[in-house]
Parts: sequence; C-alpha cells; structure tokens
Amino acid sequence: MDAIILQILNGLDKGSAYALIALGLTLIFGTLGVVNFAHGALFMIGSFCAVTLQRILSISFQTVDPSKTDFLGNPSTFDTPYVVHWFGAEVGNGIIDWSVPLAIFFAIPIMIAIGFIMERGLIKHFYKRPHADQILVTFGLAIVLQEVIKYYYGANPIQTGAPEMFRGSFDFGTLLGFDPNVIIYPYWRLVYFGFAAVIISAVFAFLQFTTFGMVVRAGMADRETVGLLGINIDKRFTIMFGLAAAVAGLAGVMYAPINAPNYHMGMDFLVLSFVVVVVGGMGSLPGAVLAGFLLGILESFASMTQIIDLIPGINQIIIYVVAIIVLLTRPRGLMGRKGVMEE
Amino acid sequence: MFAIEKKDTTLLLIVAVLTMCAPFILNPFPTDSAMAQFNAGYPDLMQRFVIFGIFAIGFNILFGLTGYLSFGHAAFLGVGSYSAVWMFKLLSMNVIPAIILSVIVAGVFALIIGFVSLRRSGIYFSILTLAFAQMSFALAYSVLTPITNGETGLQLSLNDPRILGTSVSADGGIPVTSLFGLEMRSTYEMHVGPWLFQFNAGYYLCALLMLLAFYISIRIFRSPFGLMLRAVKSNQQRMSYTGLNARPYTLAAFVISGMYAGLAGGLLAAMDPLAGAERMQWTASGEVVLMTILGGAGTLIGPVLGAGFIKYFENIFSKINDNVLHSWFSFLPDGLEDLMVTLVHPFVGKGWSLTLGLMFMAVVIFLPGGLVQGGQKIGKLFRRKKAAGHRSSTATKPAE
Repeated sequence: MDAIILQILNGLDKGSAYALIALGLTLIFGTLGVVNFAHGALFMIGSFCAVTLQRILSISFQTVDPSKTDFLGNPSTFDTPYVVHWFGAEVGNGIIDWSVPLAIFFAIPIMIAIGFIMERGLIKHFYKRPHADQILVTFGLAIVLQEVIKYYYGANPIQTGAPEMFRGSFDFGTLLGFDPNVIIYPYWRLVYFGFAAVIISAVFAFLQFTTFGMVVRAGMADRETVGLLGINIDKRFTIMFGLAAAVAGLAGVMYAPINAPNYHMGMDFLVLSFVVVVVGGMGSLPGAVLAGFLLGILESFASMTQIIDLIPGINQIIIYVVAIIVLLTRPRGLMGRKGVMEE
Repeated sequence: MFAIEKKDTTLLLIVAVLTMCAPFILNPFPTDSAMAQFNAGYPDLMQRFVIFGIFAIGFNILFGLTGYLSFGHAAFLGVGSYSAVWMFKLLSMNVIPAIILSVIVAGVFALIIGFVSLRRSGIYFSILTLAFAQMSFALAYSVLTPITNGETGLQLSLNDPRILGTSVSADGGIPVTSLFGLEMRSTYEMHVGPWLFQFNAGYYLCALLMLLAFYISIRIFRSPFGLMLRAVKSNQQRMSYTGLNARPYTLAAFVISGMYAGLAGGLLAAMDPLAGAERMQWTASGEVVLMTILGGAGTLIGPVLGAGFIKYFENIFSKINDNVLHSWFSFLPDGLEDLMVTLVHPFVGKGWSLTLGLMFMAVVIFLPGGLVQGGQKIGKLFRRKKAAGHRSSTATKPAE
C-alpha cells in the first residue's frame, strides 16, 4: 500500500509536466490546427528563463577587503550582489534564493512575446499547408532554438536550486498513519504539482467562464461561422498561441529545480508530450491533462524494482507500449472527438 | 535500355558516371593548397554519401510516393547494423551474407512495425513509428544488452567464433571486412601532380549497390505499383471507393523502404564493423527526413542530392574553426575581420546544427519541392530568356 502511494506521488511531478506541455500543444492544435513540434523548445526556454533570472539577480560588484589577504599577500576581494547592496543582506539574499518562483513573472512576458513572434512570423503562413509541412518547419525551428540556447548557455546542465525552505523532504506517510520515513516526498515536487493544478484550472476557467474563452471555444468548434459573425477570430487565436507558449514556459520555469536545465530537455519532453496528446485524443483538453497524469504515474509504477524484475526494461518503454495499445484499440485516443485529424 | 524510359536511363547514367568518378570530382583542390579542406574525396566521407543516399532513396519510396511521414526509420538502419555485425561475429568477415541478413531482418522488422502503424494515417502514423523507434532505442540500450552490448555498442572481438572464417587474422589482430578476400578498407592511391585521388574498394561496393537501389527505385516510380502509391498520397478515400484496398500497397512500400534502410545499416557496419544504439535515436530518423525534404521529396534524384548535400556540409562546416575564419577574412581591416569572425562563428564548427536547422526551415518555407524544385526554377528562368513563352515539359515532376 505504502509503495503504491509513493509511486503515485512520484508520478505526479512528471505527470504534471507532461500535462502542462500537452495542454499547450492541444490548445495550439485545437485553435490553429497546427502541429507544433517546437513546443518542447518553449518548455526548455522557460527553464532557461529561470536560469537567466538567477544570473541577473546574482550580478555582483567586487569590493576589496584590506583586512584579509590571500596566500599571495594581495588584499582579498569579495563579491556583493547588487540586490544585496540595495536591499540589505536579508532581503537581498532572500530575493536570490527565491529566484525560481520569481522567474514566473519574468517568464510570462517573455514567453508570450516569443509565442506572438512565432505565430505571426512563421506559423501564420502554414495554416493552409499540409500537416507534414507544419511538423517539418516547427521541427526545424526547434533545432534552431535549441542550438541558440546551446550557444549561449553551453551544453552542460545548469543546476538551479529551489528556495531554501522547499529543499528538504516531507514525510507524507505519517499524515496517513504509516511508519515514518516510508513515504518521503520532496517539498518542491509537491509545490510543482500544486502549481500545475493551479495553471490547469486557470486555463480551463479562462476558457469556460470568460467571454473571450467562450469565443475561442466557439472558434475551435466552427471557425468559419464565428468569423461570419463578425468576430476577428485570428486575433484571438494568436493570443491563445501566446497563452499556450506561456503555459509551456511556466512548466519549464518551475521544473528547473527538479531537472537541471540543459539544451536538449525540450526534445526529450516533446516526444513524450506528443505521445501524451495522441493518447489523450488530439484536440481534447481534458484528455491531454488526464493522459499526462496517467502516463506519468504509469511510468513511475513501471520503475518499481518488483515490476522491472518481472518484465525487464518495462520502465523505458511503458509510455510507448501504452500509446500503441491505445491507438490501436481507441483510434481517437482516450477522449478524442470525432472528425479531428481524420483525413 | 534497362526497361526504363529514355530520360530515366539518362538520369541513371549521369548518376552512375558521377558516382564512379566521385574520387576525381570531389577532389578538385590540390592536397597542399588552402582549399584542400573542401575536398570530399576521401573514402570515409564518400562511403557515407552513398550509404545515406541509399537510406534516403528508400525513405523517399515511402514518404515521397505515399505521403506517410515516418519518424522512426532510423530503427531499421540500426537493426541492419546490428545484424550485419552479428554476421561478422558468427559467420565470416565476408560482407555478402552480412548485407543479405541485414536487409532481411530489417524487412521483417518493417513488416511487423508497418502492420501495426499503418492502421492509422497522418500524425498518428508519425507518432506510432516514432514510438516504435524510441522503444527499440530504449530496449537496445537497456534490456537487450546481451544482443546489442548496450552503451558501448556492438564490436568485433578476438573470441568471436566466425565459423566460415578465422577468429584471429594472421598477424594476431581482428580480421577486417572483405568481399571474397578484397578488403573493404583497401585503397588505391593515385598521385597526379599535386593531387591525390583515392579509390576505395568499400566505396565502390557501396556505390554499385546505390546504383542498383536507384535503378530499383526508378522501376518502382514508373510501375503500376508506384502509381498506386501516388494514388494513396493524392486521395486515399477515392482510391478505396474504386474498390482498391490501400493498405497492402502502403505496407509493401513501408517494407521496401525498411529494407533500403536495413541495406544502408548493413553497409555502414560493413565499412566499419560496429553498431551502436544511437543510430536508432529519433534525431537520426529526423536526419533522413531532412535529407529527403531538402533534396526534394517525391523526385527520383532529390534524396540522393539531399543526402550528399547534408553529409558534405556537415563534414566541411564542422571542420571550420576560428583560425580558418581569420584566414578567410584577413583581407579586411582588423576590426572588421574580428567582427566578421564573431558573426560567422556561431554557424560553423560546433554550430553546424544551427545552420542545418535554419537551412531546413528555409527550404520548407520557400522551396517545398527541395533542391530539385530550386534547380528547375532556375532552369526555367534561363529557358524563358532563351525562348520566351516556350514551356518545356521534360522537367521531372514531384509525385502528387
């Protein structure tokens, strides 16, 4: 029992990342009808937003301390970050410590801007082209974005820590009446899951309860009719693209402490997220979220030692196996609608 | 001749002459000149040109004709490499059985994967093939280590049985791959003045097989079967309304292109007897898609051009470093020279992938027909100048 709860918890954080990326992919596909292979790159750029903000906040000036000397006899210097200088030691160090959560506010405008530029500059010209062309051009874009990041940040993963207060682990088992130290869960993963839940609910609430969301949903159902009613649906869809980019970016920002950002993380997640979207059903938002969590948790179950002993290597391939089974038995995915992506 | 149309015969002959004379054509610069780094006429690179040419020709039979975009073709290449190396380990160092086995095994793999994947079309098909390829990649890395030797990759060793050959060569080393005694690595070097031309046995074997592969692909393109495949691409629904089942045709195309990939994988192993799981990764599958699109999907010559283009620039661009750049721009004043070097630096050397990505995007955006279409456009421009309004219809049309 405790092992099962532990695996479910372990699957939640990866599942949250899958769900967030798949949600963005589905939003773009549902609104614009474009298959975006560059979405993983947006996730990666989000992660690097966190890295960048941490670096910006840590920009320091050097001061000479005449009272101490290093082993050569020169007066030693030490670095003081500007934020510490401006706000005092306590607040300043606190700001640096909290750079990852703060990067949310830093990343939102950047990601929305990137989304707008991508949509207006490139994707716009591909609405009428076949899906294969869309896949190929966004695949090329993903390579370019990835290489640009690699050029500026290097090929090695960059450790980006969570705030001090979330670094420990939390004994979840004692809450449920198990022995201590049986179910231990890092705080930050719990935060990540909560964050993902908030974002997902916010996106759904936005689409469900605002006039803007209503128009967008109408446009997803029948773009032409909405256009005939005199509503500029293209403009709204562009905004949705920016929103989807921001969702992917935020997923990346908060994932930075779990997985040190590196330039190819986007591609790694992209392949899995596409599988998630297809399993959930192309064009279905709840399906994407459901399949994201489902596959995340299944993956974590498959990595249990008992199961690996039973079926060797299952942890590597479980997601693909599930995808193949789902696609062959339920061709539209778990919650796919009729008439989406069926030539 | 060869039971194909005249213009196809011409094309085949041109390709044959070009591949046979490649050691001359690709080595236009004397060995000690500054331009020698642009020479591509050394065995290793030439082998890769023709091997990836075979891979792309095969991919084009599937993607170019039927429009099914497979994102997992590298799996067949990897399977071919593994089976070839196993043949070298168990049977003999002769390349013929190794190549035959790699084609057969890749064909069987393609039959299984194709049978499942072809139940769906469009993006679903792409994702299914991608899932199968990633599965093979993950398994080759982990559970199948006894067969694939995991991360180190499958290599020959002195303890291999090699029933029909020798475990250890006369000088105590691992024997080398050969074709009935003709070593694949043996190279005849010809010095002509300052030039050095290398004629490699392995290259000529690959080149002959590529010509055969190219000939078969011409036959497929012009056959009733090829016409069926085009029908699948242009309108599958209408095809089924006329009472034809599309799936056997697409499955046949999938298996044929899988066998081409297996042949390429087997040849890779025959030239350099080792096989690693990274050959199956989805970036490798993406590469063959790039080659086909860049050259021109659905045209005969396009994939070969694309493969050569990408492999050549990959090799040349990644060799250019800052010193080379400085020597290029040395005619400029110092400040400008440094500026130019800084500007060009991100795109060469390790930044080759960036150039590739940009080039790829440019091709998809501006030239959906690839290099072949570009060539035709330029050709048309010239022809229009010569004889205004006189349109020629001899241009090779991509499959629609």
